[in-house]
Amino acid sequence: MSRRPGPPARLPQGVRTLLLLSPALVVVLGLFVGGLALGVAASFGYQPFLPGTGLSLDAYRGLLHDVEVRRSVLLTFRIALLSTAVSCVLAVAAALLLRASGRGRRLATLVFQLNLPVPHLVGAAAMLLLLGQSGLLSRVLHAVGLVDVPADVPALTSDAFGWGIIAEYVWKETPFVGVVVLAALSGGVAELEGAARTLGAGAWARFRFVVLPVITPAVLSTSIIVFAFTFGSYEVPLLLGRPFPAPLPVVAYQAYSDTDLTARPRAMAIAVVIAVVVSLVVLAYSVLTERVLRPARPRPGRTGRPGRPTRAA
Amino acid sequence: MRALARVVGLPLLLGGLLLPFVPLLLWSVARRYPYPALLPTERSSRPLGLLVDPQSEVLQGLVSSTVIALAVAAVASLVGLSAGRALGLHAFRGKRLVQFLLLAPVVVPGIAVTLGIQVFFIRYGLADTRRGVVLAHLIAAVPYVTLVMGSVYANLDTRIEEQARTLGAPPLQVLLRVTLPAVAPGLAVGALFAFLISWGEYVLTLLVGGGTVKTLPLLLYAYLGSTDTPVAAALAFALIVPPVLLLALTSRLLAGQDAPLAGFGRA
Repeated sequence: MSRRPGPPARLPQGVRTLLLLSPALVVVLGLFVGGLALGVAASFGYQPFLPGTGLSLDAYRGLLHDVEVRRSVLLTFRIALLSTAVSCVLAVAAALLLRASGRGRRLATLVFQLNLPVPHLVGAAAMLLLLGQSGLLSRVLHAVGLVDVPADVPALTSDAFGWGIIAEYVWKETPFVGVVVLAALSGGVAELEGAARTLGAGAWARFRFVVLPVITPAVLSTSIIVFAFTFGSYEVPLLLGRPFPAPLPVVAYQAYSDTDLTARPRAMAIAVVIAVVVSLVVLAYSVLTERVLRPARPRPGRTGRPGRPTRAA
Repeated sequence: MRALARVVGLPLLLGGLLLPFVPLLLWSVARRYPYPALLPTERSSRPLGLLVDPQSEVLQGLVSSTVIALAVAAVASLVGLSAGRALGLHAFRGKRLVQFLLLAPVVVPGIAVTLGIQVFFIRYGLADTRRGVVLAHLIAAVPYVTLVMGSVYANLDTRIEEQARTLGAPPLQVLLRVTLPAVAPGLAVGALFAFLISWGEYVLTLLVGGGTVKTLPLLLYAYLGSTDTPVAAALAFALIVPPVLLLALTSRLLAGQDAPLAGFGRA
């Protein structure tokens, strides 16, 4: 470090930047990148501090030929895509409803956001007690005489489709996306809609040509976060799903906690697959938004729109 | 048609969001709640009482969760306070790479990272300790706080710091008397997110804590698997109430932030 003799010895800008960044870089490079790298290495059979088996692609080859894993991949995609899509559609509807609600709007918006800080595990527990075969829903069905015994209720938890898991994700993520949509809608859209109405645009045309273009970037960027989360979450499918076939994170943990240490590379390979899928989706999204959303901006007549809705993702 | 959507839609939406809390509420005051009964057949204050009983595992879980979440919030805030400044105020080569590196942990699932690093945690005595759990939670918390602080610093008028310096204030005093008060609201929001991320975390705690570090989510999962559902429901409330209160307390600060950030308090 260069220290000048004068009293107001300020370090060069570059060094200061590096010093300021270093604690964050230690965490991100050391723990995050390091963890990922070790995971990749372990998926090739590298096992530090343990008698290794030598480097190989065996774990990945094993995954390719494993029918159960193939079913897990499909299940994981199905749950993540369905949860994301349903959450986004509901969130847009909810945001429009909340915006149109008159006097109780503040209270309604507050209730709408109530579950945002609730941990997913709590949400999963609540769904278990609500949708499980002897849960509250089943009791209500029994009370109105639709079912006699719990076994008569269609299984919504520990089921093959993953209804309970999807229900929990939709319950948690709808307000998450909805809050972002509400923020996007708060930036002067009402005036534009008013203008469109004066010019004779019907309700559908106003939604399609005024509201939708404003909220699309916000919904897209948030949906990426939702997809990434629902694709990689462990505790929700653990509690509400079947152990077999289970979403990929559950399978990864099962393989990791296997007493047979040779299953470790398999666990790591699944973890790597999860990370790669999520990264590819984020990459595809950023390429798409560069192409689709950017050219829309400089077009005259649209530039005056206040407030970019979100840059969260 | 529109009026109908409003009259039916809104209650349906809010009702649907509140509905899952109902069985939790019913179970948390139950002694006996056999199948076809809609309401508990015998009520009891035992489950919720465990939350304040010093002998109970529940209170220990509450303490453990709080200590860990506070440590994560404190460390992540300090790290974010420092790195956020570089991101928000400095132009430097590789800035986009740093931003990318900070965004990556936000989307890449924690389980994909922690399975790999666990070997080192075991090797260096961090497994099964609170310190190790705090470190694992920091992987998720630090990027959030740093990104929040980056945008906070970007809006900071550095001329007030310059003025203080010109008037002869030493660096520490500039930091404590000028910079910190200016970024404090944003820092509080960042710390809140870090706290919430740690508070709700399950799988990282399970992996690194190895069942020795018993936070509330771990206890909740254990009780859900047992026959003592009332205690599980009480634990769920112990997990719900503090974050909701914290968010209510800081909602005025949040109002000034990018709204999507409000949803980041989830792990």
